[in-house]
Amino acid sequence: MSFEGLPKGSGDKKRSFRESIYLWEVLRGLGVTARHLVRNLLHTDDMPTMQYPEEKRVYGDRFRGRHRLMQRDDGTPKCVACQMCSTYCPADCITIEGGEHPDPKIEKYPVSFVIDLLRCVYCGLCEEACPCDAIRLDTGIYEIAADSREKFVVDMEFLLNNDTDGTL
Amino acid sequence: MIIVFDTLAKILFFFVLIMGLVVVLIWMERKGAAFIQDRTGPNRASIGGVRLAGLVHPVADVFKLLFKEDVTPANRHKALYNMAPWLVMTVALSTYAVIPFGDHLTVAGRKVPLVAADLSVGLLYVLAIASLATYGVVLAGWSGNNKFTFLGGIRAASQMISYEISMGLALMGLILVFSSLRITDIVAGQGDLIWGFLPKWGVVVQPMGFILFIVAVFAETNRNPFDLPEADSEIVAGFHLEYSSMKFALFFMAEYAHMVIGASLIATLYFGGYQIPWLPRPLIEANAGLILTLELIGVTVVSLLIAMLFFRRAQKEKGKFGDARDREPVLGGLLWALVAVGALAGLGLKPWTIGPVGADLLASLLQIMTFVAKVVFFAWLFIWVRWTLPRFRYDQLMRLGWKVWLPLGLANLVVTALVMAIV
Repeated sequence: MSFEGLPKGSGDKKRSFRESIYLWEVLRGLGVTARHLVRNLLHTDDMPTMQYPEEKRVYGDRFRGRHRLMQRDDGTPKCVACQMCSTYCPADCITIEGGEHPDPKIEKYPVSFVIDLLRCVYCGLCEEACPCDAIRLDTGIYEIAADSREKFVVDMEFLLNNDTDGTL
Repeated sequence: MIIVFDTLAKILFFFVLIMGLVVVLIWMERKGAAFIQDRTGPNRASIGGVRLAGLVHPVADVFKLLFKEDVTPANRHKALYNMAPWLVMTVALSTYAVIPFGDHLTVAGRKVPLVAADLSVGLLYVLAIASLATYGVVLAGWSGNNKFTFLGGIRAASQMISYEISMGLALMGLILVFSSLRITDIVAGQGDLIWGFLPKWGVVVQPMGFILFIVAVFAETNRNPFDLPEADSEIVAGFHLEYSSMKFALFFMAEYAHMVIGASLIATLYFGGYQIPWLPRPLIEANAGLILTLELIGVTVVSLLIAMLFFRRAQKEKGKFGDARDREPVLGGLLWALVAVGALAGLGLKPWTIGPVGADLLASLLQIMTFVAKVVFFAWLFIWVRWTLPRFRYDQLMRLGWKVWLPLGLANLVVTALVMAIV
């Protein structure tokens, strides 16, 4: 076969006699795999594999995990229902319903704040957009699992106390 | 009547050996692949916390496959579809009838030859049965009514035709050297020494034939680098794509049974079968006491060392998991310590005073153990090669088979014939 005009691939490479009879190269290949095997047999503990449920990878502080809503000192949400995050969200996963706050300095508060975790792409644009540091993705939780789709749609109460493990 | 009983016992031995080896080979494959690729491999399934380094996984697999739903394609050819896995498995097991796993065993004063059927045309039988196995693969590929399985079946058929020839030519050289088709004769012939130091193994007298044969065996067993019939990355899983549950398990087990047979053929024809190099049977029987004593001492020392390693690990990893798995190293250490105690007790029975009956038994057992060790090594070679080499492309496979292997096989045959005529 010839491949005129195509970039040269391994098929066009001139092989030396030793390479063209394969056998020596096959033995060399077997040597490479045997080296890995013996090294791993002798130093089982040095293997890079993580025994997942027992050991968990520690991610950096900038890792974006599951969302949480920040609280004021009195326990109410910091959110002022300005709709910035839900407007900015590329996955359109945040739904906020605003209401009149009794304190005129705050003006508005969220009556409901719902995030569909299945739609979320964990891009972190909501926390960038938020003017009052009300939503963060800094819980570090990445094991997000549930046995029905409905459970992934989480409400305000859940997001305010979001320090549990992965189960929803 | 007594011959029937003997034969049944030998068949049972092989059945147990193959089925046991299949489990061990599946474990070796998964664990070996993992270690070659810097992974840890299966280490979860356990019986009461004992995981046996992953050996429990094949058992768990069997239970899983037994209880799975048997999904079948609607437009299959029913009879052939159901027949194919059984055909593959039956053929895989029946090759073993002619392979000797020892010289003889003396049972109650009778010398029982350790081969199920000592055919005078043993090698022809092996070749005939080995090609029959391809029918199972072809039928599976065709009856599934799926283009991928069909491609797998076609590939199996053409590959078999291409490599059967070079396999036959390689074996013809061997037949010329040992001038017999009877496998027991070939193995007995390999017990001699050339020039007093080199064992007259097939690989020594037929090095080219050995290379031809081992490649042909790899192609016949459909193992990487010649696993084109199932080529997961090209035609999904090839011939067994439409099989599930226990029917799939049969194909899976047949692949490993084929490996065991390929390994025992290589060991029998080219590596002296049950023969221990430089230690022929009369020598074993004459020095049985010495050999047994040395062996028991060796077993004691080695198992004590292993037990010590286990106990050291138990101390180092105390409470590592916080569940039943923590008991594992202690149990392993106790087991090996028990082996050491057993060997020591054997030494206490004065093994150096062993009689002629015991010497005969010892020689037979040593030969069987040698055979099994050789088979395990070559089976491991199959696995080792699989995780080293990439798959051949289809045209490369055909070119190698017809343009390289066939002329080389013919040349090997001619050279062997000339040398045999001159010497």
